[in-house]
Amino acid sequence: MSKIGVFICHCGENISATVDVEKVAEEAAKFDGVEFATHYKYMCSDPGQTLIKNAIREKGLTGVVVGSCSPRMHEPTFRKACAEAGLNPYMCEMANLREHCSWVHEKSEETTEKAIVLIKMLVEKVKKNRSLNAIKVPITKKALVLGGGIAGIQAALDIANAGQQVILVEKDPSIGGHMSQLSETFPTLDCSQCILTPRMVEVAQHPNIKLYNYAELEKLEGFIGNFKATIRLKAKSVDYSICTGCGLCTTKCPSKKIPSEFNEGLGMRTAIYTPFPQAVPNKPVIDRENCNYYKKGVCKICQKVCPTGAIQYDLPDELITEDIGAIVIATGFNVLKTNFFPEYGYGKYPDVITGLQFERLASASGPTLGEIRRPSDGKIPQKIVFIACAGSRDQAKGIPYCSKICCMYTAKHAMLYQHKVHGGESYVFYMDIRAGGKNYEEFIRRAIEDDGVNYVRGRVARIYEKDGKYIVKGVDTLLGSKQIEIEADMVVLATAGVANAGAEELAQKMHVSYDAYHFFAEAHPKLKPVETNTAGIYLCGACQAPKDIPETVGMASGAAAKVIGLFSNDELTREPLIAVVNRCAPPVFSTCVGCFMCQTACPYNAIEREEIKSRNGEVIKTIAKVNPGLCQGCGTCVAFCRSKAIDIQGYSNEQMFAEVMAMLN
Amino acid sequence: MIKLGFYPGCSLTGSSSDYAESVLALAKAFDLELTEIPDWNCCGATAAHNMNKELALSLSARILALAEKQQMDEVVVPCAACYNRLSVTQYELNKDADLKKRICDIIGMPINGNLHILNVMQMIDKYITGRLEEKVTNPFTRKVACYYGCLLVRPHDILKFDRLEDPQSMDVLMEKVGAEPIDWAFKTECCGAGFSVSHTDAVAKLSGNIVKDAADRGAEAIIVACPMCQSNLDMRRAQINEYLKKKTDIPVIYITQAIGLAVGLSAKDVSLQKLFVPATFV
Repeated sequence: MSKIGVFICHCGENISATVDVEKVAEEAAKFDGVEFATHYKYMCSDPGQTLIKNAIREKGLTGVVVGSCSPRMHEPTFRKACAEAGLNPYMCEMANLREHCSWVHEKSEETTEKAIVLIKMLVEKVKKNRSLNAIKVPITKKALVLGGGIAGIQAALDIANAGQQVILVEKDPSIGGHMSQLSETFPTLDCSQCILTPRMVEVAQHPNIKLYNYAELEKLEGFIGNFKATIRLKAKSVDYSICTGCGLCTTKCPSKKIPSEFNEGLGMRTAIYTPFPQAVPNKPVIDRENCNYYKKGVCKICQKVCPTGAIQYDLPDELITEDIGAIVIATGFNVLKTNFFPEYGYGKYPDVITGLQFERLASASGPTLGEIRRPSDGKIPQKIVFIACAGSRDQAKGIPYCSKICCMYTAKHAMLYQHKVHGGESYVFYMDIRAGGKNYEEFIRRAIEDDGVNYVRGRVARIYEKDGKYIVKGVDTLLGSKQIEIEADMVVLATAGVANAGAEELAQKMHVSYDAYHFFAEAHPKLKPVETNTAGIYLCGACQAPKDIPETVGMASGAAAKVIGLFSNDELTREPLIAVVNRCAPPVFSTCVGCFMCQTACPYNAIEREEIKSRNGEVIKTIAKVNPGLCQGCGTCVAFCRSKAIDIQGYSNEQMFAEVMAMLN
Repeated sequence: MIKLGFYPGCSLTGSSSDYAESVLALAKAFDLELTEIPDWNCCGATAAHNMNKELALSLSARILALAEKQQMDEVVVPCAACYNRLSVTQYELNKDADLKKRICDIIGMPINGNLHILNVMQMIDKYITGRLEEKVTNPFTRKVACYYGCLLVRPHDILKFDRLEDPQSMDVLMEKVGAEPIDWAFKTECCGAGFSVSHTDAVAKLSGNIVKDAADRGAEAIIVACPMCQSNLDMRRAQINEYLKKKTDIPVIYITQAIGLAVGLSAKDVSLQKLFVPATFV
């Protein structure tokens, strides 16, 4: 015999301004099976919840219907309250009188009628509810960090230092990311590699971190606490268990004219190579696309000179699978290349370069050993122009957002130039100066006041080459839009920060949301910056949006904290609103006939086969069985089943029909 | 015999008759029959759209309507300004049904808005380029600076012709007839346009910079596809030389003249005699 309590919420004015909540409570009290009905201003508040709890205890309620907001908002709140009062939480349902009624209709009698019908539907449903218990699944306490830049390194170290296992996957031969390419970092002008490389080594040596370099995520299956990741270890052609990292092969390789990715095309590398001297792991890989052996079947010099016989040309790609509990995406970003800009020469001028290329010039380990020299003729530029906002904040170019770091690094570049080229003249064409971080504004003032960088507020319309110099045609808006023409020796474009080329593909592989620019989507822009909408997958760093190093490191530690929090439980609680195949007494055992159409239909591979055996081990029949750890409760199997043998707990056919009949009568 | 519509516009009928003659001569050499739109009027060029938007649209719309009335599918418009005005007008009318109705009322004729408006390069690329190589008897082996001016490639979203900052269509064409197009900096810089009469020193300065850059980079001729550009760079050479304080003798010829010469037409056929700065290499 049902004894249901109905609680109508005013939701301040959100519901009561449009729906006559008192009338709804009045009518609900008259429904068959309703023991108690009331209304209150804020049902989710402490006194509201106490109202429910007291009613459960005093009236011995067997079920609760709360007429209020969307269950997506407060279902956990009310279910928890019921549980505290001793009622099974799954005997509590919510009727959405807000998003489904008061917020979408005008105030009228019909609106109140609709609210009453909604309550009736849920009352009829609750009569068919059964007590359910949460499912516990084990958690694999191993984290996967995708990306070995500063974000991935920080996240991996934090998780590892908390005593948990980490797998770090990096697609390039070395970890370090873009931070390893920088010369000095703002606002302190710390040498970038000096502060990064100790962490890189820590990662390599940490007992809790397993580093897979030159590897990528191939496939991801499963769900929070129970992922299965397939990782492709790309063929290095070098056996790392034998290689000592002596580097002899790289000095003897005859293919020396391959543009170096690490040097952004400004320097060359060999076919067998480590990207930079401080690479971690400091062992080479062979670039099969540019190696003479793979292209033409000749050479093999590296194998001949290798003292330990570590070079093995036919080592294939390897696919490994790892059981993972949580994933941190730290895949980073990229910057636009100069060929994106028709007005700046379509990328054909060698001395018109990107900010990242300038970092390589300024870097002590770069192609010019830290001297600022023109890529075209090696001369030191006496007049240099920096253009901020190249591509960013430009609707016409499809990049309306701000890339955040360029104002700061442009000032830094201008300062480094002035420090290295005494008597040099530098100009920065800007729109606004964005220097919001700690000590950032002071840094910009240093560039202008101490180092004499000329800041011109205006944009550059065109750059063209004349007699070996670059004519920069811009405007000075603070002088009444006066036209300025500068004959520069070199131009540095602060190009827009964009998502990595493979970002969309990776997001789709992992079922993670992303935006129009292919940056990964955080779960909530204000309050959930390091989570995604996919449970168990966290985000940090520039793969979410362009950002500087302190923010990246902060986010990485935040993502790590989420992972550590997840792993601090031994089990994960899952909602029991999943599919179940019916079982009954022998000789029927189940109305399931074993057609397994549900197995074909299930998008989560959650249906298994169960053999029903007799006492002497003979198989009587094979029926479907739902894996409670994998099932997401989507209901596709229920729609497919011809025998109506499978149903969703909490949303059974019986419950659904009860709601529909209540609505129609 | 391929039949195409032809809109010469005012310049080609008057001061730039050499352009018209060279276009027709080249067309004839390649069996293209160009038929003038009967009773055509001035397109309004820059004057009209500066002063009255509806007038500007109506003038061009009338031409479109007349062409459609003749059941022309493609119309060749050698003047860059006319090409720009006609294309933009057709685009604006197609975008706004109310505007189209109002303008059609004004001109008293209906418009469908599906005319293919071809500039001179598009005409050549579609009907001549395929047969060009075999007909070249007198390769134009000179270094040339191809000058596109403002109106051929902008607004890019509407005209959708060539590349915005560094167009290549004339360069590619000149290469096919044996020339060496140079990479230079003033391909799409303004020549001073309609200020030729009212503000001649502006033209002297702007066109002067163009001529100087082309000459400095070793070009032996400037190739153009717009009668205004040709006029400013050629007819105003005296003022340009005064501005540059130097006598420059680089000739400015039309693309149709250059190609015409390359396929064996005579200097007279392509009306080279009308140049102010003579093309001494012929």
